[in-house]
Amino acid sequence: MTVNRRRFLKLSATAAAMTAFGGLGCQHTAPAVDRATMLKPEWTKQTTTICCYCAVGCGLIVNTSLKTKKAVNVEGDPDHPVNEGSLCAKGASIYQLAENERRPEGPLYRAPFSKEFKQVSWKWALEQIAHRVKKSRDETFAVKNDKGQTVNRTEGIASLGSAALDNEECWAFQTMLRSLGLVYIEHQARI
Amino acid sequence: MTNHWTDIKNSDCILIMGSNAAENHPISFKWVTKAQEQGAKLIHVDPRFTRTSAKADMWAGLRSGSDIAVLGGLIKYILDNELYFEEYVQNYTNASFLVNEDYAFDNGVFAGYDPKTRTYDKSSWAFQMEENGVPKQDPTMQDPNCVLQLMKKHYERYSLENASRMSGLSIDELKELYSTYAATGTGDKAGTIMYAMGWTQHTVGVQNIRAMAMVQLLLGNIGVAGGGVNALRGESNVQGSTDHCLLYHILPGYLKTPKSWQDSLAAYDKDYTPVSNDPESANWWSNYPKYSASLIKSMWLNDDPATAYNYLPRLDTGAASEYAWLTLFDKMGKGKFQGLFAWGMNPACSGANAGKNREAMANLDWLVNVNIFPNETGWFWEGPDMNPETIKTEVFFLPCAVSIEKEGSVTNSGRWMQWRYKGPEPKKGTMPDGDIMYELMKEIQHLYEKEGGAYPEPVTRLTWDAIATDGVFDAHKVAKLINGFFTKDTMVKGKTFKKGQQVPSFAYLQDDGSTCSGNWLYCNSYTDKGNMAARRDTTQTPMQANIGLFPNWSWCWPVNRRVLYNRASVDLKGQPYAKNKPVIKWDGTKWVGDVPDGGWKPGTKHAFIMRKHGYGQLFGPGRADGPLPEYYEPLECPVKEHPYSGQLHNPTAIAFAEEQKAVCDPRYPLVCSTYRVTEHWQTGVMTRNIPWLVETEPQVFCEMSRNWPSSRASTTATRLSWTACAAPSGPSPSLPQGSSPSPSTATPSIRSVCLALWLDVAQERRRLRQPADPVRR
Repeated sequence: MTVNRRRFLKLSATAAAMTAFGGLGCQHTAPAVDRATMLKPEWTKQTTTICCYCAVGCGLIVNTSLKTKKAVNVEGDPDHPVNEGSLCAKGASIYQLAENERRPEGPLYRAPFSKEFKQVSWKWALEQIAHRVKKSRDETFAVKNDKGQTVNRTEGIASLGSAALDNEECWAFQTMLRSLGLVYIEHQARI
Repeated sequence: MTNHWTDIKNSDCILIMGSNAAENHPISFKWVTKAQEQGAKLIHVDPRFTRTSAKADMWAGLRSGSDIAVLGGLIKYILDNELYFEEYVQNYTNASFLVNEDYAFDNGVFAGYDPKTRTYDKSSWAFQMEENGVPKQDPTMQDPNCVLQLMKKHYERYSLENASRMSGLSIDELKELYSTYAATGTGDKAGTIMYAMGWTQHTVGVQNIRAMAMVQLLLGNIGVAGGGVNALRGESNVQGSTDHCLLYHILPGYLKTPKSWQDSLAAYDKDYTPVSNDPESANWWSNYPKYSASLIKSMWLNDDPATAYNYLPRLDTGAASEYAWLTLFDKMGKGKFQGLFAWGMNPACSGANAGKNREAMANLDWLVNVNIFPNETGWFWEGPDMNPETIKTEVFFLPCAVSIEKEGSVTNSGRWMQWRYKGPEPKKGTMPDGDIMYELMKEIQHLYEKEGGAYPEPVTRLTWDAIATDGVFDAHKVAKLINGFFTKDTMVKGKTFKKGQQVPSFAYLQDDGSTCSGNWLYCNSYTDKGNMAARRDTTQTPMQANIGLFPNWSWCWPVNRRVLYNRASVDLKGQPYAKNKPVIKWDGTKWVGDVPDGGWKPGTKHAFIMRKHGYGQLFGPGRADGPLPEYYEPLECPVKEHPYSGQLHNPTAIAFAEEQKAVCDPRYPLVCSTYRVTEHWQTGVMTRNIPWLVETEPQVFCEMSRNWPSSRASTTATRLSWTACAAPSGPSPSLPQGSSPSPSTATPSIRSVCLALWLDVAQERRRLRQPADPVRR
C-alpha cells in the first residue's frame, strides 16, 4: 500500500482521537508525518495547533526538531475542516514567530525616570510585581462605597488583555484579577 | 457567530458589510467562494473598494457611518413589500407582542430619556402582559401597539431617498441591494451577514448589529444553514476571552458582575434570574443560580458559594461611562490608578486616541506588560512627545511563550473550542502566560498569608492550586475545572455522580455548591469521555455532511450545538423549511442532524430559548440606546443635520467634555479610516517582527482619492507621511546590552498599519467602479 502524505495524516488523526479519548491529560505528540519526516522519521515530532492570528481558527501542523526542541516548520493541516490545509501569509509564517531573534530572553525592568530597561531575573520580577500589587490593593481597596454599601473592590489597579491568551489562561487570569478585587477589567473585545 | 465558517457555503446570498473578509479573514473566503460556485450572490457594502469588493457581485460604497440609514431602509423595504417570512415572523419573533401604550418615540429620542445622565428609563418600553403573566399578543399583527406595526411606523422615515442622501448610494443601487438580499425571505433560501469592526467601532455599534439581526429575523434567516448573524472576530481567541469575560460587566459564561445593592448571592441571583409564566417558554436563564453558584465554587472550592459570593468585587452601576475602556483611560489620565496590567495587549497603539492613552500611562506608578515582543505600550515612556526623565512609571516587561510552545485551547469565531498541543520548548528566558499567572498569584497569596492586608480572604482562600500540577500550570486541569466536576457524591435527574466526576453537561449543574464549573457554557467540553476540544474525527451522517456540520471535530459551545437557534429552522411539526439543507429534523421519535436547541418535542417550546419569552426580539426593550435601531451621525461628522430627526448624535453615547469633536469643521474636511492588510495584524507587534511578512508588506502607506485638489493632496500627504514615519526614523526603543533589538522596518505611531482618506465618497465610488485597482501610494 502506498502511504501518501494525506493518508498518513488521516491515520494519525485517528490515533490522535484515540489518544484524546483513551487517556485524560495525555499529551499528544502526534505521529502525523510529512515529507521531511518520511525521509528522516527520527528527526522531528509533529503536533497539531491552531493559528494564533484571526478567529477563523485554521489548523496547523508543527514540526519540531527532536534534537534542538525548536520548530523547524509550520504548515496547514490538510485534514482540518475549515482551512483544508491552506493558510494565509500570516499563518504560513508562524514558524518565524517562534524562531525569532527579536524576542527578549528574560524579563526587563525600567526604573522610575530611567531612560532604559535592564535585564532582571524572573524571580526578582515576579516578587517585585507581587509587592506592587499588594501595596496598591491595600491602599486603594474599598470595602464600602459612598452609599455605605459593601463593594469589596480594588479601585487603584486596572487590567487590559487578552484575546491572545488560551481559554484556560483567560479563565485563570479573570480568576486572579477578580479575587484581587479588580473591577477595571477590559480587553480587545471592547475595542 | 450564530453559525460557523464551513456553514457559509450553504448561503444563497452573502452580505459582507463592515468587513474586508477577503483581506482580514482570508480563509473564510474559501467558503464564500464555495457558496458563489453554487450560485450564491455576494454583496459587499463598504466605504472602500477592497479585495472583498473585487470578488463581489455587487459593491455598494456607502459613506462611513451611514449603515443604519441603509439597514433601516432595508427593514422598510421588507415591510412595505411584505417580503418577510410570515410564518417564521409569526411563530418565532415578538412581532405580534403588544408594547406598553406609554412607549413613545419623538424626534430621534425614545420615551424615558434623562439628559443629565444620558440614559433611558426603559420602563415604558415593556410589553403588555395578560393577567396570567404572559405577554399580550395580536396574532393578526394589526394592533397599532404591536411590534410589527410599531416597526412600520418607526421606519416610515427610512425611505430610499433618505438612505440615498445619507449613504451616497444611488436609489437604483439601494433597490438592487434590497431586492437581492430580501429574496432570501423564503423557507428554502438563506442569507447571511458577515461583519467585523466596520460595524462595531461606532457610537451606534450595537444598533448596527441589532438592525441586521432584525432583518435576519424578518427573513427567517436565524437558525438555518447558510444564515445567522456572523461576527468575524479578529483574534484567535477573542471569542474565548469574551466567553470567559475579561470585561468589566460580565463574569464567565455571560453572568453579570455583582452590583453594590446585591448584598447576598440570593439577592444577586434574584435580579438576574428571569421569570416566565409561559409553560411553553424554556426561559433558559431561569437556571442562572446554578451557573453562578458553580462559578463561585470553581474559584473558591473550600467555601460555600453564598459565603464566597462576598469575595467577588461589586460595581456601583453597570454603566460603561463608569468602567469601560474609554472611561478607564480617562480616569488613568486623572491619576486614578496606581497600577496597570497590559497583558497580551498593546493599548498604546490599539486604543482610540492613542496619544491620550500614552499620556495617561505616565500617571501610573507601575505597569506590567506581558508580550512576545517589545511594543509601544511597554516602551511608551520613550514614545513621541515623552521625556523619560519626567516619567515615574516603573515598567516590568515579561516575555511570554508563543502559541505553538504551549498547550491549551482557543475558541474560533464559529464557537469551536480547538485544542493546541505543545511543539517546541518555549524560547530560553520566556514563560507561557499561564505559568506567569500561576507563579505571580502564588507570590501574592504568599505575601497576604505572611503579612495580612486589606480583606485578605478572597486572595488567601482562592484555591489556586486547582490550576496546577506539582507547581506547574496545567491546561488540562484548568479545562476540567472550567467544565466542572462534582464536589461531593450527588444525585441529579436520577443519576448518581461521585465526588470528582466531571459534570456531563450544564443541565446537571447545581445551585448549592455540589458542582463547580468555571464557565457553564463550556460544561460538556471536558467530560469523563475526554477532552472534547481535541477531537479530530471528520465522520458525519449524510444529513450532517450535506451542510458541513462536522459534529465530531473539536467541540462547540453550547453542548456541541453548531447552529444556534436551530429550532427556528423547522416548522412547528419539526420539519425543515429548507428541504435541501436541513439543520435538524424531527423523525417522529427524535431529533436528527445538529444538537437541537433543547430536546423537547416539536411545537412544545418556543424556539428562542435564551429569551425570557422565547421569541426572537424584533423589539428589544432591554437595550441601552433604544428598542429599535435609529439613525444618528458619528460624533465627528461632515453634516450638521440629517433627515431622520433633529437629534444629530446618539444621545446615550459616552462623551468626555474636554474632548473636542469636529462636526462640519472646515479644518477637518475628510473622513479617514484605518485598516489592515493580510500580511499584518492588529497593532503589528507580532507581524512587524516576522521577516517574511515585513518583506511582503514592508511599510505603512495611505490611499487617497484621485479627486482631491492636487495642492491639498500634496500638503496632506506630506503631513501624513510625516506622522506615519515619525516613529521608525526616530530613536530605537532602548534595550539592555545583549538583548534583542526591537524596532522593525515599520513601526508606525498611528493606530493601524494603513490609512485611507476619502474626500468625496460618491465620486470615489464612481471612479472605482471602472478599474478595480485601488490606488496605492
